[in-house]
Amino acid sequence: MLTEALFVSTLLFVIGSFGFVIRRNAIIMFLCIELQLNAVNLAFVAISRFVGIEGQLYVFFVMTVAAAEAAVGLAIIISIFRHYETVNVDNFNLLKW
Amino acid sequence: MTEILFMVFAAVAIGGAIGVVAGRSPIASLLFMVATLASVSGIYVLFEAHFLAAIQVIVYAGAIMVLFLFVIMLLNLGHDYQRDVKTGLWAILAFAVTGLTAGILGRGFLRAGDISFYDRFGAAAAIDQAIAEQGAVGVIAEPLFTDYVVAFELTGLLLLVAIVAAVVLAKPRSAEA
Amino acid sequence: MTLFEPLTSMLQSGEAHFEPFLPGLILLLPLLGFVLNGFLALRSAAGSSRALREGGEWDPFKTEPRPATHTLPSLIGPGVMLGAFVLALINFFGAMGADLHDPVIRSYWSWIATDTLQIDAAIQLDPLSLVMMLVITGVGLLIHVFSVGYMRDDPGYPRYFAYLNLFVFFMLALVMGANYPVMFVGWEGVGLCSYLLIGFWFSDREKSDAGKKAFIVNRIGDFGFLLAMFYLFTAFGTLDFQPIMEGAPDQLTYGSGLVTTIALLFLLGAAGKSAQIPLYVWLPDAMAGPTPVSALIHAATMVTAGVYLVARSSVLFALSPVAQATVAGVGVVTALFAATIALKQYDIKKVLAYSTVSQLGYMFLGVGVGAYAAGVFHLVTHAFFKALLFLGSGAVIHSMHHALHHTHKDWDAQDMRNMGGLRRFMPITWATMWIATLAIAGVWPFAGFFSKDEIIWAAGAWAGAESNPYGGLYTVYWVLALTAALLTAFYMTRMMVMTFHGQNRTGESEAEHLHEAPRVMTVPLMILAVLSVFGGWINVPEDLSASFFGLFGALPMSEWLHHWLEPVIHSAAEIQTEHMGEISHHAPFGGGEVMWAAVSTVLALAVVLVSSRALGGRSVKVAVEDGEPTAGLGRILYNKWYVDELYDRIIVQPVLGLSRWCWRFVDSVLIDGTVNFVANFTRLTGWLSSLFQTGQVNLYAFVLALGALLVLGAAVF
Repeated sequence: MLTEALFVSTLLFVIGSFGFVIRRNAIIMFLCIELQLNAVNLAFVAISRFVGIEGQLYVFFVMTVAAAEAAVGLAIIISIFRHYETVNVDNFNLLKW
Repeated sequence: MTEILFMVFAAVAIGGAIGVVAGRSPIASLLFMVATLASVSGIYVLFEAHFLAAIQVIVYAGAIMVLFLFVIMLLNLGHDYQRDVKTGLWAILAFAVTGLTAGILGRGFLRAGDISFYDRFGAAAAIDQAIAEQGAVGVIAEPLFTDYVVAFELTGLLLLVAIVAAVVLAKPRSAEA
Repeated sequence: MTLFEPLTSMLQSGEAHFEPFLPGLILLLPLLGFVLNGFLALRSAAGSSRALREGGEWDPFKTEPRPATHTLPSLIGPGVMLGAFVLALINFFGAMGADLHDPVIRSYWSWIATDTLQIDAAIQLDPLSLVMMLVITGVGLLIHVFSVGYMRDDPGYPRYFAYLNLFVFFMLALVMGANYPVMFVGWEGVGLCSYLLIGFWFSDREKSDAGKKAFIVNRIGDFGFLLAMFYLFTAFGTLDFQPIMEGAPDQLTYGSGLVTTIALLFLLGAAGKSAQIPLYVWLPDAMAGPTPVSALIHAATMVTAGVYLVARSSVLFALSPVAQATVAGVGVVTALFAATIALKQYDIKKVLAYSTVSQLGYMFLGVGVGAYAAGVFHLVTHAFFKALLFLGSGAVIHSMHHALHHTHKDWDAQDMRNMGGLRRFMPITWATMWIATLAIAGVWPFAGFFSKDEIIWAAGAWAGAESNPYGGLYTVYWVLALTAALLTAFYMTRMMVMTFHGQNRTGESEAEHLHEAPRVMTVPLMILAVLSVFGGWINVPEDLSASFFGLFGALPMSEWLHHWLEPVIHSAAEIQTEHMGEISHHAPFGGGEVMWAAVSTVLALAVVLVSSRALGGRSVKVAVEDGEPTAGLGRILYNKWYVDELYDRIIVQPVLGLSRWCWRFVDSVLIDGTVNFVANFTRLTGWLSSLFQTGQVNLYAFVLALGALLVLGAAVF
């Protein structure tokens, strides 16, 4: 079952990556990041079953970080939206040469 | 039974993930995401990680996703839908790169998935016994408040900082107005 | 009280032990003068740059009384010299009354201390260094006093005295050092001061170029000095004079390649500093400096450092007959060669410059034929009469300059064709300079007679030494030296006649402003004149002292200098006697010392008299009408045998060409090209990578994913 779980984790991760690359909507890109985090969490949990309880602890910490990140990230999106009236990242390209 | 349940959860999780990426509106993506999170939490249960499964549902699917939903609704994003999926060469390239990554990772896991390799740690039996003695929460809580107490306290601090940052960032610039 | 104890005990008892009296202070006083005058010079320079910044002209003499920066050096400069001279005298008389067989060495601190090389900052008092100290501080004092009058109206007055004091400090370090490195510090220091003072009027391109020329030519010689020191170190493991001079006869084989190499390298260094062929070319150009500088540095002291070096290293030279023959050959050829050039120069200082080169050649001949005492003797007397000649020419130039300046006539104040008949206006200068001229011409009883005659005699006697392998060569040297002596008498007479006798050619209105130099300048001239007369009596050769030339034994100090220097040169003399045998008591073509002394002084006197009569009757055209000699030997001599042109062609131009190539190709193309390529490449790379910086988050994410893939791939495959 471990192998299968890791496969699922892999699939979730690459789907998240793919989504992050092809979508322009900041909210959906954010969701893709959550997807990737979940994929990693899944791998942690699956392996911790056979290696030790610490894997679950890491998942716990990852979740905390994800929560913090979601809070700050969404605040940024709100802040940007106030300026541009959109969340399409193609419009946010000031940081370039 | 476990295998069947795992397959179901895995199928829902992957289907939900595809839905997140392919969803036309943020709301749809978000709902697919909730489905994925729920089924991942189901897989956690199958791996005897009951506490994590619980907070996955409560914190992730509950709190964080609600926060997303709240923002989407606040910004009224559902209605000004515009096509935001990159297509064409870009999509093909992205697919190639992520597909290759999946291939390499999968190939690696196929080799590493040999359970006998992990079984020599004898962790599964130890965890089962610990759960039986201390309960699902106690198993997590004991190392969390002993060996990892510093990291645990730091996550508390991190959350505090995140809250302050969120408030500062999202606050309307009243001084300007 | 303790300070003066050695002094009093020394003066009272005069017993065998010599206790030096504050020897370090002799060095420190000129250094103190340099510091004080240098401070004043900086103050003055600050004033000048402030005036220039405000757009005005800077003239320190605008206000009366003169600013302190231009009056205090008159006290400080000669003052410290007086102190040093008195101290040197005290030490000298102290040493005279004592047995100074071993040098007294005062080590102040450890300068370089490594595993194998130990060098102390040490000074050495022995007969040779004491004589040199007396000459440097004594003649130096007179020249400092003269400078007070000569440089009085120069805006750079304090800077001048700062440099002059610094020079004296380094010169004293050169002769007082107890090892080669300390000597080398002085050696380089006097070179530096020479450069600074030749280019004293540095706003004149020609003069600053002359300073550079002196410095660069000297550098070639210093290279030889350094290599010689390295060889010495490998041979002895030390660079102190005493162990080297004591150990050399045992440790080095007579006539071996090593000792010849060392001696020849030292000769290269000495030739650079003392302006000998082939490195003499800088000295005539060095006349660009103020005339007292020429007197002090380029006649009396610094240029004799090479002679001092050879005398100091006498043991090393005595061990190598090849090196000795080379030293003597270089000396005598230089003496003759420079004398021929001096025949046809019109610049009064150029005549004296070539005369100096020529006389230095005599000194080299002296030390080259093993007559170290004679070489040092000529060094001392030459310091007197050549300093006198230079200072006298300085007085003449001073007067000429004033006269021409008065009527704004742009004639050359140094060209003898513009002078003539100055005797009427400057009687003291005229008389003193004639004394010096007779001295340098070798007329009895003036100083130069004894010293020069002794050198020439030594060359002849050396040629006849029992087992001298180069006897024939030395005979040639002897003939050449005699010829040069006659030329000396001629060109000096020519200079005196053109300057002081005949009709005045300066011009009617200018002649009214010609005047004798002030007292502060004439008094040093008179003192030097006295020394030029009697200076030779300190070392009347033994064979002459009983004859007419020694007033039938009435001169009290027969062979005094020879005996005095005995401790320094006796081991060299022993080596020479051992290998060469006793020197001859008659000249190569017969005749004793008395006879040849008579011949040479009569010939010299005859040349002086005949040429003064012949030249006196000749009319001379002034410089602007005369122009350059156009044909014959005169043209070649006027152009100094075209040596400068030759050097320019075979050395300077190739070096310039190489430098230009280094500049245009190595620097501009290779080095700049590399640097510019790196810069351009970086910029190009930066520009290319900036294209990826689109501001599109998706692209960044894609690149990130691609990078992750690459890392994964690298990890797996």
